[in-house]
Amino acid sequence: MPESIIEVFDLKKWFPVRLGFFSSLVSRKQLYVKAVDGISFDIRKKEIFGLAGESGSGKTTTGRLVIRLEKPTSGKIFFHGKDIAKASEEEIKKLRNKMQIVFQDPYESLNPRMTVFDILAEPLRVQKLASGAELEEKVYKALESIQLVPPEEFIWRFPHELSGGQRQRVATGRALIVNPEFIVADEPVSMLDVSIRAEILNLMFDLKETYGVSFLYITHDLALARHICDRIAVMYLGKIMEKGDVEKVIFEPLHPYTKALIDAVPDPNPEARRIETVIKGEIPSPINPPSGCRFHTRCPQFIGNICKEREPLLVEIEKEHYVACHLYSK
Amino acid sequence: MSLLAVRNLSTFYKTMRGFVRAVENVSFELREKEALGFAGESGCGKTTIALSLLRILPNNGVIVNGQILFRDMDIVKMNEDELRKKIRWKKISLVFQGAMNALNPVYRIEDQIIEAIKTHELGISKTEAKKRARQLFELVGIEPSRITHYPHEFSGGMRQRAMLAMALATNPELLIADEPSTALDVIVQAQVLKLIKELKEKLNLSLILITHDLSIITETCDKVAIMYAGKIVELGSVGDVYKEKLHPYARGLVSAFPSINAPRTRMNSIPGSPPDLLSPPSGCRFNPRCEFAMDICRKKEPQLIEVKKGHLVACHLF
Repeated sequence: MPESIIEVFDLKKWFPVRLGFFSSLVSRKQLYVKAVDGISFDIRKKEIFGLAGESGSGKTTTGRLVIRLEKPTSGKIFFHGKDIAKASEEEIKKLRNKMQIVFQDPYESLNPRMTVFDILAEPLRVQKLASGAELEEKVYKALESIQLVPPEEFIWRFPHELSGGQRQRVATGRALIVNPEFIVADEPVSMLDVSIRAEILNLMFDLKETYGVSFLYITHDLALARHICDRIAVMYLGKIMEKGDVEKVIFEPLHPYTKALIDAVPDPNPEARRIETVIKGEIPSPINPPSGCRFHTRCPQFIGNICKEREPLLVEIEKEHYVACHLYSK
Repeated sequence: MSLLAVRNLSTFYKTMRGFVRAVENVSFELREKEALGFAGESGCGKTTIALSLLRILPNNGVIVNGQILFRDMDIVKMNEDELRKKIRWKKISLVFQGAMNALNPVYRIEDQIIEAIKTHELGISKTEAKKRARQLFELVGIEPSRITHYPHEFSGGMRQRAMLAMALATNPELLIADEPSTALDVIVQAQVLKLIKELKEKLNLSLILITHDLSIITETCDKVAIMYAGKIVELGSVGDVYKEKLHPYARGLVSAFPSINAPRTRMNSIPGSPPDLLSPPSGCRFNPRCEFAMDICRKKEPQLIEVKKGHLVACHLF
């Protein structure tokens, strides 16, 4: 089996809910938003691992936990075999040149008062990886690798002088400049116009192919995920419902939720199948998720009390294809 | 007979630096019960068309030229009063972009729907309007008792349904939906699209759907108009445009939308970015990004011509 770069075991992140003054007098119970509630997966070397789900399913929190922008409530995160779940800020800072993140919104994630040069140089300065001429050279190289060429034309620009796609490339370049082994890409194209989405995704794909960088690609768009991911996990209310090879999950989905999600994706080809059945309702609140299987309130294949009472475990049904559903438990 | 005929419509926005030519020389027709989708990137003028049809442009927006004929009445020439009484909301209604936030947060949904009914149907009693509002809620699939709630008590999908209810409040003939599902999750989006399709059948509506997502147009429309930099570059049935994609921009746009069912491919992007509409490129506006650009493309503007029945394209290649 290929080497794992990240391994996550039973990862949880509960955010305490702040109550108003009066409610806090009445209720003694502390409530939590169970954003991520016990998930396990691994990301391999030279792999794009997709994390798909609706908003509120906990995918962004997972991404932030994996590179420790957020401290997990419990669980283990192994990076190259070393548990970083409880590592101190100091230790994490040392790891920042190995793991990076590209945020969703390139209009918010770049400091408007910094030039492209400063944005790209900052990680190197913070990490004390380069200075002087070497730093300059690295910034130029980074600009070339994100195809903002000629570099001279872009290097002194401010973010407002760049288009959305160019901004997102700068954000990607900022993540790349420290030569990381692993990058979390949190919906990197959802804010971009369709004609330039492909360039960011192709850039990710090429980085994987040529430099062997691994990615955690967070998305709500299964059609895009299918075209660039190697493996994919589908999340619902803080749990992984299904994971496996992307072709398997998309073409032979096992979990009713995965099926519903795939059925709801519109197809641009007029000759392809049209959306016919749609499951009802919307994702419930993660403060008080449904008992048993979290999907049972909306499940079209609900099989009775077992779904309400017992939480299904994520089990391997066939090689490398896992599902958490009572339909498949013996 | 065509319900709506738009001829040579040009809408500009006045700014400090001059006129932004957001929509220029756009012509199209819509028959009864037909659904037409406008696709294109942000800034291509698709929302401006919607706003022009109802003449609800922002203060600096002006229709500088053209006709908008709705059942042979010219909306461009109509005076404000007549327009409000006869057309706006009565005949043509609009579901705004970002409907999630288009509802007023400090009024109950019921009051907002009643307001729409009372403004456009003078003399209707409050009880009558209330009754109608409840029926509308049933129509769009929300429990009618929830009509007294405030928008924040609704989920995104429900707010979008409430917006649809409001748009249908006065039995319009034409519904314009501007990015009706953009901020919604994929399952909720599918629910809303299905609802729009059902309502269209049930109420014999004509539909103009505006979106950046071609797959949504394929899902709901008969015809599609692909827009680039304020112009329609290709217009035809959804099937023809998807299959033949004659205009180089249409080709780029179609290949930027991978199908979940198609074999895995490398996606294509269109290099460059849309032009500044303060001073758009001469000739064909797509020429700086076009891989087939010829001399003539920089000099002469291509006209929208019919290459086969019902399939029009504006490109010098044809």
